[in-house]
Amino acid sequence: MSAVVETSIINDETKKVLVEPLVTNNPITLQVLGICSALAVTSQMSTSLIMALALTLVTAFSSAAISAIRNHIPSSIRIIVQMTIIASLVIVVDQILKAFAYDVSKQLSVFVGLIITNCIVMGRAEGYAMKNPPLESFIDGIGNGLGYSLILIIVAFFRETLGSGKLLGIEIFKLTKDGGWYDPNGLMLLPPSAFFIIGLIIWGVRQWKPNQVEKADFKILSISHGEGGHH
Amino acid sequence: MPSEKKQCEHYAKFCAALEKNENFQKFKAYAEKILGLGNNSLEKTIAIAVALCLVCAVLVSFAAVALKPLQVNNKELDMKKNILDVAGLLEAGSDIDAAFADKIESKIVDLETGDYVDSINAASYDQRKAAKDPAQSVAIPKDKDIAHIRVKAKYAKVFLVKEAGAIKSIILPINGYGLWSTLYGFLSVDADGQTVQSINFYDQAETPGLGGEVVNPNWRALWKGKKIYAETDQPSLEKGLITEADIGEPALSLIKGVVDSSKPGSQYQVDGLAGATLTSTGVTNLVRYWTSKEGFAPYLRKVRSVKGAKS
Repeated sequence: MSAVVETSIINDETKKVLVEPLVTNNPITLQVLGICSALAVTSQMSTSLIMALALTLVTAFSSAAISAIRNHIPSSIRIIVQMTIIASLVIVVDQILKAFAYDVSKQLSVFVGLIITNCIVMGRAEGYAMKNPPLESFIDGIGNGLGYSLILIIVAFFRETLGSGKLLGIEIFKLTKDGGWYDPNGLMLLPPSAFFIIGLIIWGVRQWKPNQVEKADFKILSISHGEGGHH
Repeated sequence: MPSEKKQCEHYAKFCAALEKNENFQKFKAYAEKILGLGNNSLEKTIAIAVALCLVCAVLVSFAAVALKPLQVNNKELDMKKNILDVAGLLEAGSDIDAAFADKIESKIVDLETGDYVDSINAASYDQRKAAKDPAQSVAIPKDKDIAHIRVKAKYAKVFLVKEAGAIKSIILPINGYGLWSTLYGFLSVDADGQTVQSINFYDQAETPGLGGEVVNPNWRALWKGKKIYAETDQPSLEKGLITEADIGEPALSLIKGVVDSSKPGSQYQVDGLAGATLTSTGVTNLVRYWTSKEGFAPYLRKVRSVKGAKS
């Protein structure tokens, strides 16, 4: 258990549910969920922000809705019930984006629809909302959404500034092709760069909080002398 | 708030009427019975599934219906924006509707003859809708359907940009299949019916970052000045006056890698999209299809002859 976080949040369950997913129990860096969309939408800050907002809202409201009827969900159709609720909310979000943020929805294209398959939403529904009351589930959804958003924003920050010299479309570094000094790194615009950045973030977080490091599945035995070795 | 009070009264009346209704009572009793059942009973499972589907269906259809007018409006505005963009007339922050009405003229063209059709109202004609209507469209024979669109509308809606009475550019609607989706876009051509000014796609669902790069302004800029049809070495070309004998088949294509502009034929070549061979092939095919005899070749020929007669 990390001492820093534990002391600042003393037995305050709601606050813990909200803050823990930011670093201590981050859905991307610790649970390694929701990676696909984190790779796809982070080449620009604006799309990342909209995606983060959409995912946070969907996670919060689906968790709340599932939690509200959790005592009446037949276990045999549990997953389908969760998926139906999540899918309906995602379609509503998609429709709203098309009506009020048409350009962004065009850029996000299929990825809004793919929130349905985002493991974070399902994970929170199955792992938290099925066992906890609606308000806590709602806050848990917001917390996990924010944890996802945080990583998305960090990745998008590096990808957009290093890849196109801009942030939110505003010029930060003047590019060589416009007579400036910065030669943009094209790799940053491609999805693999998000892998590198997320990998570095995970490494950084685990250096800072060594308890997040997973135990090795097996241990390599050292070869003992005298057996099969040469003398 | 008198109106609010009235609403409350209405609501109370409604509830009272509902309480008296026999069917509602039956429904209420049934709902209570269902909720009291064990979670694993078959009846409850089915009842919960049906109820959930109903609620979700109402939610989704309400959102879709209520937001439809806004979405349609957005789509129209986006289309106008794309037409202005491909014409090189898009200015940031300007009123798109006004600029469109001011600078762009819509015309209906009969694809087979290449003549303008004045009997159809160009403002309300929707080519994409017409292509889906059997009465207004024609099936494309399989061997000619290189763009994989199966049907095309008999009449196409083109947009003209005029300057001092003369046509400055012609904007042609194009569409065709890429890797995942049908791409819809515009090709803007000089009044010579031969030189490309610009291209853009307003509706596509190719892989973002790879085939989706068809919307990238840097890539689109490569199209400027490219030639659509293979030319013969006639001196008339140099005078800027192209006769029919000089114009060959559609030759424009996307190639793998970067175009070497020092090589002959580079005026017919555009850089392919890196990592998106199928989308690049699709774009080549759809541009070739729409500039062929099946598409706008008869129309462009007429535009050229009018221009030739004038000069």
